[in-house]
Amino acid sequence: MTTEVGSETEVKEKAEESADQPDQSEKATEETREVASAEGEEKGKEKEKEGKGISKFLPTWLKKQKSLSQTSPTKDTALKEEAISVEKQEEEGPAPEVNGLADEVPEKEAVKSEQLKEKEEKPHSKASTDTEPAKEEKVDESVEKSPEETKETTEGQGVEEEKKEQEGEVQGEGEGGGGGGEEGQTSIFQSPLRLVRKTKMKLVVCHVTLLDGTDFSCEVEKRAKGQFLFFKVCEHLNLLEKDYFGLTYKDNHEQTSWLDPMKEIKRQIRSNNWQFAFNVKFYPPDPSLLTEDITRYLLCLQLREDVASGRLPCSFVTHALLGSYTLQAEFGDYEPDQPRPVDFMSQLNFAPSQNKEMEEKILELHKSHRGMTPAQADAQFLENAKKLSMYGVDLHHAKDSEGVDIMLGVCANGLLVYKDRLRINRFAWPKILKISYKRNNFYIKIRPGETEQFESTVGFKLQNHRSAKRLWKVCVENHSFFRLNTPEPPTKPRFLTLGSKFRYSGRTQAQTRTASSLIDRPAPSFERTSSKRISRSLDGAPMISITEAGRDSAENGREHRLDDSKSPLRVHVDNIYDHDKTQDEVLKHQASISQLKRSFMEAPPPSPPQTNQWEKRLTSSPATAVRVQQQQVVSEPHAEAAAAAAPAAADCTISDTKESAKTAEVEIEETVVIQEVSKATKPGLVTVTTGSPASAPTDQETREQEVTVQEEVAVPKDAKAAKQESVSSESESEEEAEYHPNVSVSLSHTQIPEEKEEEEEEEEEEEVEDKENEDETAEPNMLAPDVSSHQAETSHPAEDISGGVVESQKEDMKKNAENEKEGRETEDSTDDLMMTPEETPNGVALSEEAVTGLAAHVGEEPEPRMNGEPRPQVICCSEPPVVKTEMVTISDTFAAQKTEIATKEVPIVHTETKTITYEAAQLDGTGDGEPGVLMTAQTITSESLCTTTTTHITKTLKGGLSETRIEKRIVITGDCDIDHDKALAQAIKEAKEQHPDMSVTRVVVHKETELAEEEED
Amino acid sequence: MAALMAGFGLYTHAIVRGIPASLAKEALRTSEAEVDVDKARGEHDAYVEVLKTRLGLDVVELPADESFPDCVFVEDAAVVCGDTALITRPGAESRRGETEAMKRALKALNLNVVEMTDENATLDGGDVLFTGREFFVGLSSRTNQRGAEILADAFKDYAVSTVPVLASLHLKSFCSMGGPGLIVIGSSEPAQKALKIMQQMSDHCYDKLTVPDDIAANCIYMNLPNKGHVLLHCTAEEFPESFKVFEKLKDYTLIPVSNMEKVKVDGALTCCSILINKKGSI
Repeated sequence: MTTEVGSETEVKEKAEESADQPDQSEKATEETREVASAEGEEKGKEKEKEGKGISKFLPTWLKKQKSLSQTSPTKDTALKEEAISVEKQEEEGPAPEVNGLADEVPEKEAVKSEQLKEKEEKPHSKASTDTEPAKEEKVDESVEKSPEETKETTEGQGVEEEKKEQEGEVQGEGEGGGGGGEEGQTSIFQSPLRLVRKTKMKLVVCHVTLLDGTDFSCEVEKRAKGQFLFFKVCEHLNLLEKDYFGLTYKDNHEQTSWLDPMKEIKRQIRSNNWQFAFNVKFYPPDPSLLTEDITRYLLCLQLREDVASGRLPCSFVTHALLGSYTLQAEFGDYEPDQPRPVDFMSQLNFAPSQNKEMEEKILELHKSHRGMTPAQADAQFLENAKKLSMYGVDLHHAKDSEGVDIMLGVCANGLLVYKDRLRINRFAWPKILKISYKRNNFYIKIRPGETEQFESTVGFKLQNHRSAKRLWKVCVENHSFFRLNTPEPPTKPRFLTLGSKFRYSGRTQAQTRTASSLIDRPAPSFERTSSKRISRSLDGAPMISITEAGRDSAENGREHRLDDSKSPLRVHVDNIYDHDKTQDEVLKHQASISQLKRSFMEAPPPSPPQTNQWEKRLTSSPATAVRVQQQQVVSEPHAEAAAAAAPAAADCTISDTKESAKTAEVEIEETVVIQEVSKATKPGLVTVTTGSPASAPTDQETREQEVTVQEEVAVPKDAKAAKQESVSSESESEEEAEYHPNVSVSLSHTQIPEEKEEEEEEEEEEEVEDKENEDETAEPNMLAPDVSSHQAETSHPAEDISGGVVESQKEDMKKNAENEKEGRETEDSTDDLMMTPEETPNGVALSEEAVTGLAAHVGEEPEPRMNGEPRPQVICCSEPPVVKTEMVTISDTFAAQKTEIATKEVPIVHTETKTITYEAAQLDGTGDGEPGVLMTAQTITSESLCTTTTTHITKTLKGGLSETRIEKRIVITGDCDIDHDKALAQAIKEAKEQHPDMSVTRVVVHKETELAEEEED
Repeated sequence: MAALMAGFGLYTHAIVRGIPASLAKEALRTSEAEVDVDKARGEHDAYVEVLKTRLGLDVVELPADESFPDCVFVEDAAVVCGDTALITRPGAESRRGETEAMKRALKALNLNVVEMTDENATLDGGDVLFTGREFFVGLSSRTNQRGAEILADAFKDYAVSTVPVLASLHLKSFCSMGGPGLIVIGSSEPAQKALKIMQQMSDHCYDKLTVPDDIAANCIYMNLPNKGHVLLHCTAEEFPESFKVFEKLKDYTLIPVSNMEKVKVDGALTCCSILINKKGSI
């Protein structure tokens, strides 16, 4: 700890001037902390009422902390009281506050109840599995793994997984199709945390519209990941070849999006509309290669819908032919003896422009199919459907460089460009070097042709950044699925991250084929339903019911309401457990990492010279194509980072500003960094220190808020068990991301030079970051935690060293397995995968412990923000033991009233930087100022729509104590009506929830606001 | 590819039209050549004879119309694929009237006839290359984007890609299909460039057969029962070098067809007939 303190102070200098006992208080004993917290709570409340914005929320987490520490059986009553008080607060506080607190109440109670049950129950399957935390739970493993593992595992292994999953499903899928009981035991170690989750039991009923038009409802834990629901649906459908399918939902803008299996459902839907649709996501180019008839049947259902709705255009004859096969499959042979009712045919929906003539033709053709089994009819249907030119093409509206409306079609082979119904260009996957988006622009970098010397970048303009991002994701996924043998390995322990880090997490087509070839079960029987499909629109009245175990209905209702009020933007804090799990994965990955070519974020074109400069070349004339040089970008972020580092407190979050000025777009960015440190020492006092690092004002046009929260956990541990984790969360720009569609090694050995260069550049950049981090730590023993996975290729010495340490630590861990609830032992992956889009604001969070976080920003469109007012705020941490200091630097005191700004036509440039540090008093552990030995470090990034979280976990062995430090960096990017304070509060709360046994030692809020107003199209 | 293309080249009917005397003087042409109508008629008769007698197609012979000097080039008046026939709106105004007789003939064959009525659209059938899996439409002096769009609407099952045609009259002035998945292409730079574009635009892989003379690349491929692969191509007399290339094709029934006169008014082999498959259609 001391180490941390020392470095913190160094870094923070300014920030901590005011802080009396900045860092040393960290090691306070638990008891003290409890007391402190209890006291603080009261005061906190009072202040909360008064406080505004972020400060309001701080008390919340402090309290939470208390509640967590009180978790001991004796303090049940205290808990109750707390809960009550919290509720009061909620009621009193303005809406935003309420939001922030909403989840806490239930949780506290959950904690209570959990304790009672703690040891008796086995994983309360449903509840536990549903939760995100489930990730780390081994029970879930298979489910979670499947996507991840597939990446590394060979195809054969993939098959095994498949089996596992099957088993899991058969067993009772409460576990989320998890793999087998083998892992059940590990849960013991995690029990405390687990139970918390378990008992939480906030269940939500999800309604999934199936392909036959029926509705499937099931309960999922409120924090369940998309995957869980998806597996539930697949289980219900008895579907094994599920990789071709996915769930969709309608976002707030009525756009249909794919539910990311690796992310919490709740964070994706952003509304309380738990309404989904089960759809084909990847149309197999050759359906005859599917293994099971049931899979083909489902594909048929999708295609029938596609055809009937006009999404899949086809000729009159094809309509008739497809319709006739449908009749044969659903009704069997044509029976002349039993004529159907006159309107029989017209009740069936075959085509958008169905008429009598077509129906007659269908019937006529139907007669010719006599004797064909339903499966055969389906197969014939597919044979004809697959030839259609628009089969499997996912169309997106866009404009070309001249503003002409076009359509971009993503399919198995690449990207198609349509104008009206004409194909005017096509970019096959092998032709594409990079896919990126920035704001509402979508770019693809094209491999130079034989006669061309330079690669060219073609740009398209999407309706808005969400559309651009959606298109980008679809491209990434389709490329991965169809083009790669194995998914591109996640650059880091994290597999799926949005923004620039988003990668396809599932199996590729090659993998799923291999897996399904091993399916060994009797063909499942299933009923074919009539084509008289009901309307399957998603916009039906939201039918949501949330049930919360142990809560009365009234509370439920409230929960619900609170959720509703949550703004579209939410802070997403990654779950540590998830990370643990990912750590495991990382280890597994490591062997294969070296051979896997990583493509990582590269700065998107520095600044598309002008929005209208991006262009598309239909005839691909190189001259006209916009060439964007990527190198420039590299330097910028660092410069900024360096600048920011100095002023910033221990946690430096650096964001790089975008060239928003040029585009005159308003970017609102927030970065939240949450650090949690768990020490193996005694409970410490919670002290809140506020440092005021005048963080480097970023661009005038951006508005950022960075919050760093450090949590220190006082968990008694054996001296032996040394554990330090640091989690840094990074968020990245929501508005831009890149993807290099490199083909995995197996597929493409021919990486063109250009690509390599790019990667090198990127690596350079990352290395720079690493250096910075190391400098910060400046501890001989410290291993640079930030080794980006792609750098694995270059092999960092640090990794090796740490590897050895890790091993020794493992042993210790085993011995003290019980003590280590986190059970993340094994996965001390030394490599930290931090990927930052070069271009995007790279933030580097530096803490003493060499905790690095990246702050990314999510730039969003210039929409009015509800909160996030830059006003200086009074911080309300008034717990006796807690020392809080607040420094708020506001360069511009313009009280931005979002609404006003939004409506203004004239670009307003407004810069405001505010950094607030809350720090807990620390009990000084053994070696203050001593670096300790870094046991492990890992970084995980997760992202939700508007926020990105990078979690950096480092475990350090210091003087016989293990210390785990988790630093989370959350970047909140303001969208229209984001309540940043609320988001922050939510982030903190979630961090607390995720690490109940840890204490928050520091919260640094870095808020940068820059506004330039521009009308969005 | 070949498997997917099964049925490609199978025809049962052909529509041809006589040569009006006005062809000699009034037919549109890009060169100044003098056309001997009698010679041209001789060539054309031989051509029709091959279709009718040698290949056994049902040939519908439309009478020539003196008011339409170019009417022998029936290909431009309609695009037939499957049982759908699109009556075009030829780019040359003087030829617009040619479609009337064609429309009647196609309707008589019970084809599903679609007409291009949009006055902003122009399309010559000579700019339409159907590969069996998709269409390529040349954007030329005779064919515009709108015409291509209407074609795409008429044949919804297939992808329709556009290809700029700058140096020649029609897209098929330098290319044609020589078999399933085989594109015969001229060796000129514009031809090769167009081929590249087509390859880029397509999801399918095509083989190419390059012939030295662009116009020789226009040939007629059929796959007929009991006859297998049939290729009507240029004669040795006309294009000796290209002829040698065709001669190397194996397993083909090669039928050289003279086109010396019609080529003077930019008529190629494919221009003189519309091929229809009535059996295969559903």
